[in-house]
Amino acid sequence: MLIKKSSDIASSEITPKATYFNRRTFLAGAAAVGAVAAAGFGLRELSEPSQAVSANTKIDGIKKSGFSTTETITPFKDVSNYNNYYEFSTDKYEPAGLAKDLKTRPWTVSVEGLVKKNQTFDVDTIIKMATPEERIYRHRCVEAWSIVVPWVGFSLNEFIKRAEPLGKAKFVEFTTLNDPKQMPGQRIGVLKWPYTEGLRMDEAMHPLALLSFGMYGEVLPNQNGAPLRLVVPWKYGFKSIKGIVKIRFTDEQPPTAWNISAPNEYGFYSNVNPTVDHPRWSQASERRLGEFRKRPTLMFNGYGDQVASLYSGMDLRKNF
Amino acid sequence: MIRWIKIPVFLACLVPLGLLAWKGFHGMLGANPIEVITHATGDWTMRFLLITLAITPLRKLLSIPSLIRFRRMFGLYAFFYGCLHFMTWLWLDKFFDWHEMVADVLKRKFITVGMFGFLLLIPLAVTSTAGWIRRLGGKNWQWLHRLIYISALAGVIHYIWLVKADLRKPLQYAAILAVLMMYRLVMWLAPALRSTKSTIVRPVDA
Repeated sequence: MLIKKSSDIASSEITPKATYFNRRTFLAGAAAVGAVAAAGFGLRELSEPSQAVSANTKIDGIKKSGFSTTETITPFKDVSNYNNYYEFSTDKYEPAGLAKDLKTRPWTVSVEGLVKKNQTFDVDTIIKMATPEERIYRHRCVEAWSIVVPWVGFSLNEFIKRAEPLGKAKFVEFTTLNDPKQMPGQRIGVLKWPYTEGLRMDEAMHPLALLSFGMYGEVLPNQNGAPLRLVVPWKYGFKSIKGIVKIRFTDEQPPTAWNISAPNEYGFYSNVNPTVDHPRWSQASERRLGEFRKRPTLMFNGYGDQVASLYSGMDLRKNF
Repeated sequence: MIRWIKIPVFLACLVPLGLLAWKGFHGMLGANPIEVITHATGDWTMRFLLITLAITPLRKLLSIPSLIRFRRMFGLYAFFYGCLHFMTWLWLDKFFDWHEMVADVLKRKFITVGMFGFLLLIPLAVTSTAGWIRRLGGKNWQWLHRLIYISALAGVIHYIWLVKADLRKPLQYAAILAVLMMYRLVMWLAPALRSTKSTIVRPVDA
């Protein structure tokens, strides 16, 4: 190898010895700063008490439920400011601001398909169909983070009773509001709008499946799916559709938004399953918001005792 | 003169980290701080890579040859933020579980390509000094440092492969990278456009 003459390099280009050594120390120091910063927020997470701050209407007459977990509830400010609600934004911190002006009244839910007769319910009629319960559920996002939320609502089967589906109805399909004027995220085709989701009839009739209109003892914030949403705690969070405007009974498995987006990544069932990875990341563990270390993900999000029998005999890898 | 300008520029490059640290200590990183830190450090790695790649076209097109004096700083900052991004994964996601890390790198292709892009930056960081330019010789050094093209591309692919559905931000980086690479393509195909001022081993105006 030719050895370049030192005159090829201007003396101004030669790193002064001080800077040369300083750069090494700087890199080490900055790495230390970075590490300290990371530790700092970690400690904050461990030490900060939960704070409930909200401006929404209180719900009266809430009953406690045997389905509730005793795990630590995630602070309201985190659950209401960290939302996957692509109708508003794909940034989880933006829906809280963007959904502020969503009109949640008047709001109707139309019931169609394989039912005795098509109906349209006002959401306030729906809310009065049964005694509101507090259901403290674990909520596990497909992105591998989770929260514990004290939802308010009643079992979806209470509503289904009044919808009077025909015997041959095998599935329930849910549809979210489609209104790009109010929902700026719908102006881009990141998902097929309107958002649809679906459950098998026996899943929908299971008492654990919750039709929810509140959280933390109050009416749902807009960014959390007001005025009416589903909570299916044993499935990944995207199955818990928000802002419901239509419920349709059908004998065919309905298309669902994320399955349409990536059929090999998001299945119809999407039961929480640590043994079946997402093609691009592991589902074996999750970050519980507020915790520093990750925790192992539980089969059916820990609701196996209640729902495993719905899937006995099913290959849950094929039917992911 | 340039010496003095380097100081505020150097400090400015630390601002993203400073903001992150400050917000972290004040609980202002939102509900999932580790996610924010991972994304921010990744973003700044990508941005500094692109800034570094922009130096050569900018000094040509704006006739400011002294911009070259900042290229190494920006390149090293790309590596620095890359180290932070890597540390975040290594520590806050994997908790130094080597078994889990190897599994991730082998099975999750977005991590494979990200790791690849990061590893490519290590020889570049190590040989960033004038001493190494001398040791390797200018031509060899230049060839080695073209690995940054591959590293930047790996970064873009890493981002594309990890988003769920919203490809806008990764494609923005891809577009900028494409423009910066287009400049090099044009320079390579049209020798008449090349000037004598753009190679590093030439004496540079003070």
